[in-house]
Amino acid sequence: MNKSIDKYVVSVKDLTKKFGSFTAVDKISFDVSKGEIFGFLGANGAGKTTAIKMLIGLSKPTSGKARVAGYDVIKNPEKVKYRIGYMSQKFSLYDDLKVFENIRLYAGIYGVSKKEIKNKTDVLIKDLGMVDMKKKLVRDLPLGWKQKLAFAVSMVHNPSVVFLDEPTSGVDPITRRQFWEMIYKASEKGTTIFITTHYLDEAEYCTRASIMVDGEIKALDTPMELKNKLNVKSMQEVFVKLARG
Amino acid sequence: MRTILIILRKEFIQISRNMTILPILFIMPFIQLILLGFAADFEVKNLNLHVIDNDQSAFSRALISKYSGSPYFNIVNSSFRDEAAMKDMKKGEADLILEIPQKFENLLINRQKSPVHLSIDAVNGVKAGLANAYSSMIIRDYNLDILKQATGRELLSPINITSRSWFNPSMNYSTFMVPGILVLLVTMVGIFLTAIIIVREKEIGTIEQLNVTPIKKYQFIIGKLMPFLLIALVELTIGLIVAKLIFHIQFQGSLLLVYSFALVYLPVVLGIGLLISTVSDTQQQAMFISWFFLMIFILMSGLFTPIESMPGWAQKITWFNPIKYFIEFMRMVLLKGSTFKDVTQHFMIMAIYAVLVNLLAVWNYKKVSS
Repeated sequence: MNKSIDKYVVSVKDLTKKFGSFTAVDKISFDVSKGEIFGFLGANGAGKTTAIKMLIGLSKPTSGKARVAGYDVIKNPEKVKYRIGYMSQKFSLYDDLKVFENIRLYAGIYGVSKKEIKNKTDVLIKDLGMVDMKKKLVRDLPLGWKQKLAFAVSMVHNPSVVFLDEPTSGVDPITRRQFWEMIYKASEKGTTIFITTHYLDEAEYCTRASIMVDGEIKALDTPMELKNKLNVKSMQEVFVKLARG
Repeated sequence: MRTILIILRKEFIQISRNMTILPILFIMPFIQLILLGFAADFEVKNLNLHVIDNDQSAFSRALISKYSGSPYFNIVNSSFRDEAAMKDMKKGEADLILEIPQKFENLLINRQKSPVHLSIDAVNGVKAGLANAYSSMIIRDYNLDILKQATGRELLSPINITSRSWFNPSMNYSTFMVPGILVLLVTMVGIFLTAIIIVREKEIGTIEQLNVTPIKKYQFIIGKLMPFLLIALVELTIGLIVAKLIFHIQFQGSLLLVYSFALVYLPVVLGIGLLISTVSDTQQQAMFISWFFLMIFILMSGLFTPIESMPGWAQKITWFNPIKYFIEFMRMVLLKGSTFKDVTQHFMIMAIYAVLVNLLAVWNYKKVSS
């Protein structure tokens, strides 16, 4: 109905979150288009996780507007939830369930039909290269595998946008690379990726990146433009320059 | 409906893999029931008596032998000094001291009043009261003996009381206690586990992943509570079997009625656990809050001390104690054979309680933080 708004998968206007007198997120505004890989960068405590939590309906904004996947997150948080995926900073699949049980659980909760769950589980596990780990408890998997599984599970219901909160922290470089391959594959299929990261080399892989400092978005552009504007060679330098003020 | 089943399946898989919960669920209550059932006994027997016999006469020895012949008293020591007796009492070795003064026999033979002195340790008031009552009976008996000797006639009391115990003919304490203890165990498991299992999901962060899914609050909550409802019912069953086979309790009322009541009662208990989980962030917090309520519920349940002897305000507090209703119910139905008509009120109160507590818990359970 509102075409001008809904050409964006994520559309944020003056979104603010206050905890008492502390403003964690201060009037941020941005739009993310379909299929984009949107980097959400910032130092620890800059307000990234708080912002994401508002977008996925875990935390109520103090003021401002946000539309995600075609719905207002304040008015229809539960409708938004059908169409988004989320992978938390902290690993949050059930580690006392087996790999396939986790997939089956979440697919089921999202309303994927019984028959489809079976196919989906097989395809996912094959894509992840985890065929021989299918019946292992998640607790016994190495961290890198756990993270890949968590990503796959967050997309089990084909969401239009998936929010990844520091998905690669603590993961070895090879797994990180595989992880980014998964991200590209999903993006090619039209899934929008909203990702926060601490690894600034990863910021280079994003379609566009925003840099958050003290609750505000200080810069937002393609990595190339950001570097050109500040006249530096790497995203690392962009970040240091902006974050230091 | 399907979502609830999906959550249920997950819960059962998790419980079956949890090697610490399974023994807590089934072995511990079993041991507790047997242990407490045999140990909990309010009957005061074996009171320790210290005797100071300053008379050393046939009459004084006759009185002492009355005591030693009673099942309620053990003569543990005798002396001629107050200090020695007092020392015994302070050490806790004597519960009461019987002091027979000199000329005890003399006075009696001369048909005069002859006092004996009885000191009772009254730290435990109930026990002291019983000690006093038993002692009075012995002395009364002794008086009658003397009068009989003196007059040569059998004296009959004008009113003779013969008592017969109903509902628990052998006056067996475990018959009285076991149904109540069973209620406690089922309740403890219900409150603790519900609170802890939900808070555990908060603590390890898995609840966040669920909260970003479109799962409804009631689906999650029913999925979480159902397994514990079933587990509590299994536990109740094990407990009833133990009561029957090990404690030989004759069930007078209908077991169907007991299970029907459990189905109204357990949602109350699980709802309290759920409510506790909504206000706790860590398992430790949940444990402490659960303990706080359980201690009050248990001690004010009427299991150990009769509610009728509590002060009025305390009796009013027990109106909110679900354990009280179930214990009353169990004693009425299992031991006295009360029927639905007799316990309708219990059913109604629990049903209202269940609805209120769960409404409050669901309302307080937040998918979105403010």
